[in-house]
Amino acid sequence: MLRDITLGQYYQTDSVIHRLDPRVKLVATFVFIISLFLVDNFIGYLIAAAFLACMVKISKVPFRFMVKGMKSIVFLLLVAVVFNLFLTPGEPLISVWKLTVTKEGLRLAAMMAVRLVFLIIGSSLMTLTTTPNNLTDGMEKLMSPLKRLHVPVHEVAMMMSIALRFIPILLEETDKIMKAQIARGADFESGNLIKKAKSLVPLLVPLFISAFRRANDLAMAMEARCYRGGEHRTKMKPLIYHRRDRYAYAVLLGYAVVSVYFGRIFTL
Amino acid sequence: MAIILDHVSHIYEAGTAMEAAALKDVSLMIPDGQFIGLIGHTGSGKSTLVQHLNGLMKPTSGHIYYNGADIHEEDFNKKELRSKVGLVFQYPEHQLFEIDVFSDVCFGPKNMGLDEKEIQLRAYAALKQVGLEDDYFYQSPFDLSGGQKRRAAIAGVLAMKPEVLILDEPTAGLDPKGRDEILDQIAALREETGITVVLVSHSMDDVAKYVDRIVVMNQGSVLYDDEPRKVFRYYKELEEVGLAAPQVTYIMQALKEKGFPVEADILTIEEARDEILRALRHKGIAP
Repeated sequence: MLRDITLGQYYQTDSVIHRLDPRVKLVATFVFIISLFLVDNFIGYLIAAAFLACMVKISKVPFRFMVKGMKSIVFLLLVAVVFNLFLTPGEPLISVWKLTVTKEGLRLAAMMAVRLVFLIIGSSLMTLTTTPNNLTDGMEKLMSPLKRLHVPVHEVAMMMSIALRFIPILLEETDKIMKAQIARGADFESGNLIKKAKSLVPLLVPLFISAFRRANDLAMAMEARCYRGGEHRTKMKPLIYHRRDRYAYAVLLGYAVVSVYFGRIFTL
Repeated sequence: MAIILDHVSHIYEAGTAMEAAALKDVSLMIPDGQFIGLIGHTGSGKSTLVQHLNGLMKPTSGHIYYNGADIHEEDFNKKELRSKVGLVFQYPEHQLFEIDVFSDVCFGPKNMGLDEKEIQLRAYAALKQVGLEDDYFYQSPFDLSGGQKRRAAIAGVLAMKPEVLILDEPTAGLDPKGRDEILDQIAALREETGITVVLVSHSMDDVAKYVDRIVVMNQGSVLYDDEPRKVFRYYKELEEVGLAAPQVTYIMQALKEKGFPVEADILTIEEARDEILRALRHKGIAP
């Protein structure tokens, strides 16, 4: 039943992008998103599109997996486009009833749509090519300078990786409890909204209890192994930059310079 | 009147790279009133099999009949089936959710749409059947001990008055005393009401004493299906699939091999004692 849901959607294959250091991918995604919002002409978006297309190609992840991620933002996309289309003041193009489409509005709406689509594809490329554990490792390392400001970077990263680790476990648990209650005649499907919400009680109460029990057990197990946070902890697989990571940074820098130059400063 | 499995196969995640066959062409008949032990190593398909019996899982191919009707026909009432074929999952105490034990046991009968009085009568009777004291009825189920929680959860299924009771590893995680208590109670319940019981386990010692018939599963298929005594004759083959005969069987086999005149088809310690005494008497050693 619930097995079909995939979260933390890593796509297993072997490509240069998969092998890159997670820090590179995080920085690259960040730079790419910033570039999307800096650029404001057609050439700039063309460059971004070409860059993204190359990365998708190199990653060997089928394109349909990235489209999957898009489904969740269709609504947001629609709202953004419609509002920009009708509510931007400027030179009117078409006017129906009280709604007026302006030239500026059309431009803004198109830009917003392209930005959002590229943003989603870009960030899902990162999650598709990096395992959740690698991702949190990368974040911890990238944010480690914040430790000086007493930000609990290690603790936050640890919490994130534990949360991610527990998603499949809790899904399985949900499936099990659901089946047990169905075996006792529970009905999770029929009835109106209130009845449906009520019918979730026999599922949610045991699920919460089991989540707390597991959390408790894990805390105990960690303490039994003398876990005490980030101080002086070493890693089993420390993140080390390789030559390919340096090349990747160079490519990224190239992209950033080119896209900002042509997309913002350079005008025909 | 029985449950019949006709060439049932189940494949997990069919059509993907993760494809795995959990059941391969299983045909079984579970007649009324029998006490069956379903034995198999971890991953042999026991749990998958029992979830097919009350329609929680649908076979990839094959048919399941309950009292002659195919349970996956369009017009078959699955809700009624689930009250007739009661399934107690592994670690059933994890499904408890109500504020007190009594209300939790009422959940099943309530879902059957019975009237209030009947619900309470059934809940009370079920709690008595599992041997839970009155003092615990209005306590939170989470305050009970592990063994008591498990009884409460089993009562939750019994309160639906099933015709077939399936228990998936009911003794997992209990101490030997709790284990014996639960198994004795199930056996007593079956004596009393004559319901069909399917006991899933990986331990021969657990089931040998109680059941009429043993079905041994291995890698998704039925390996042996016979009376306990006959199944245990294959103790060497059982070992190969990660199982074992009851410990007394080994002792009796060893005695027989050394030339001591005993029968080796022994299931319980009591039987073994009588048999050894008989042999000694026969030899004129014991009085």
